[in-house]
Amino acid sequence: MTTTPAPTQNAIQLDHVSRHYTLGSTAIRAVDDVSLTISNGEFVALLGSSGSGKSTLLNLMAGLDRPTSGAIVADGKNLASLSSAELARYRRNTVGMVFQSFNLLPRMTLAENVELPLRLAEVDHDEREARVAEALERVKLDKRSQHRPSELSGGEQQRTAIARALVNRPKILFADEPTGNLDSATGESILKLLNEIKESLGMTIIMVTHERPLAEKFATRLAMMGDGKLISDGTYAGARP
Amino acid sequence: MKLRDMTELAVRNLREAKFRNSLTTLGVAVGVASLVAMLSLGVGLQQLATSRLTKSGLFDSVFVTPKFNMRGGPPGAAAQSETPRLLDEQARGEISKLPNVIEVFPQIRFPTEVRFNEKPYPTVVAGMPQSSQQSGAFDGMKGNFFSGESADEAILQIEFAKELSPDTASLVGKTLSIRYAERKTLEDGSGGFSIVPKERQLKIIGIVETEPASGFGGFGNGRLLIPLGVAQSLRATQINDLRDAVRGGPVKPTYASLTVRAKSTSSVDAIEESIKKMGFGAFSLLDASKSLKIFFGVFDLILGLFASLALAVATLGIVNTLVMAILERRREIGVLKALGASDGDVKTLFFFEAGVMGFLGGIGGVIFGWLIGRALNLATNIYLKRRDLPSIEISSVPVWLVFLAIVFAVIISLAAGLYPASRASKLNPVEALRYE
Repeated sequence: MTTTPAPTQNAIQLDHVSRHYTLGSTAIRAVDDVSLTISNGEFVALLGSSGSGKSTLLNLMAGLDRPTSGAIVADGKNLASLSSAELARYRRNTVGMVFQSFNLLPRMTLAENVELPLRLAEVDHDEREARVAEALERVKLDKRSQHRPSELSGGEQQRTAIARALVNRPKILFADEPTGNLDSATGESILKLLNEIKESLGMTIIMVTHERPLAEKFATRLAMMGDGKLISDGTYAGARP
Repeated sequence: MKLRDMTELAVRNLREAKFRNSLTTLGVAVGVASLVAMLSLGVGLQQLATSRLTKSGLFDSVFVTPKFNMRGGPPGAAAQSETPRLLDEQARGEISKLPNVIEVFPQIRFPTEVRFNEKPYPTVVAGMPQSSQQSGAFDGMKGNFFSGESADEAILQIEFAKELSPDTASLVGKTLSIRYAERKTLEDGSGGFSIVPKERQLKIIGIVETEPASGFGGFGNGRLLIPLGVAQSLRATQINDLRDAVRGGPVKPTYASLTVRAKSTSSVDAIEESIKKMGFGAFSLLDASKSLKIFFGVFDLILGLFASLALAVATLGIVNTLVMAILERRREIGVLKALGASDGDVKTLFFFEAGVMGFLGGIGGVIFGWLIGRALNLATNIYLKRRDLPSIEISSVPVWLVFLAIVFAVIISLAAGLYPASRASKLNPVEALRYE
């Protein structure tokens, strides 16, 4: 493990970010004074035990939550000072999200699920079809576009979720435990897919996981969280065959 | 999100909980149906009342009398300061030339004794102009209208016809005679006159159920109607004959009153004013029609308020359904937000769902309301038919009521969607995504 070199172009930069909750009379420091800089094109794995604050940190970077203090600069903007509508625009245009439990809408077909971010971004109807087809082809599900999520395996559902996250061509892809609901072989194939996408599209991937072996195999950088703090941060060679 | 996408998503969401959303929409439909049924009843009754009155010719007519009358002249005129103008043939000619006047005819009514099958029946005779056939007052009559101005024919009002024979239809074609008091001017130039009893044979040609001669002046409602030309030729004693005799009387005959028919109700005021300036008394029933409109306005408002109670209950149903939908779709809202939906998008989506329920409920309600109205008409007409009365339309759904009901349903539904939509839009995406 080596020390992170100073980045030349940042995808996202966290400066003394904290996120505190109060649960009854108890104050919980879910994220406590974290500073982190992630460069464009990195594949960062956030590791840590349950309750270490890694998912909270991911939500803050993805613009789903706001920090109690500190600054998160992404795409040239401090997320902490954006309005609710601006934060929605950031989630719509700059980032993509993949969840542990896929979060596909069950009553929609795969194509419709993947089309959803395009609808929200008010992309023209004619362009949508082509982009949905392209995204599904990338995850090798183009032949199952009219199926519903319940007709797919876990791995296929997660691939659909990845297609949905990619369809708006985001700069950063956030993945919250993307292999958590999958068997090890399928999990590995998903990370392989993520890595291919990162290579071909040149995007930044920030992934929360507690599966260290997989993280070591695919991520270019491992950041370890514990009790809301960043314990360690180092680069890896990245995906190995 | 674009309007088309928003509508598509809203309809898709509503289809997901078909049974619950159908029940909620049905609630709106019932509310709208009660509103439409109530208001259509108000509209129908108003149309019924006004069409009857309009057909009677009262609203497009001005009634003209000489300023001198048996009650001492117009209100406030304690004494006649100048000689009043006589309501004679010359005055009739002048009034005929006023703009928007269709015709001017005298009101001739007199008491008579009808003899039929050797029995006497006292009643009032009224002269009817030929034009009254077009006014609609004789709609639905049995038999025929007068063949001409001077035909010795009579049309009987149904109530009087029943006095003559219970089988009124059998009266048509039979002959009756009327006995009346003819005014015969004395030749001494005093203006006095003799009253000579006379008799005239008339053929019954029709029976009418309405009251075409229910106007003003004379001796009350005419129950035996004869052509105006015949009525004039009889020279039956009129109430103004006594007045003329008291005054010293002119040699020329005058009219007790004239009826002026205007082209439309909107020209009645101007005609009335012009006639007053000519030195005659004039009045119309237009003011009564305005009061009628106010009455029905208030009537409709009260009916509408009662019906709105049903719609208010339906509104609560929408609130309940959408609040339930928020609970069920909490995770979905979180996903939408994670994918970039703004608070406004989520709010609009719920608004659309409420609006679609309101729109569909509105359409359903209009159809139900219309059916209720038809049922009311049917039931009323069965009841009337059993009592041998003419059929009527007590409920009417005009186009404006259809549009008003649908727009009202949508507005009410959107208002009901305000709270749930606002609540859904404020959901924290992280908490919503955690929801199982």
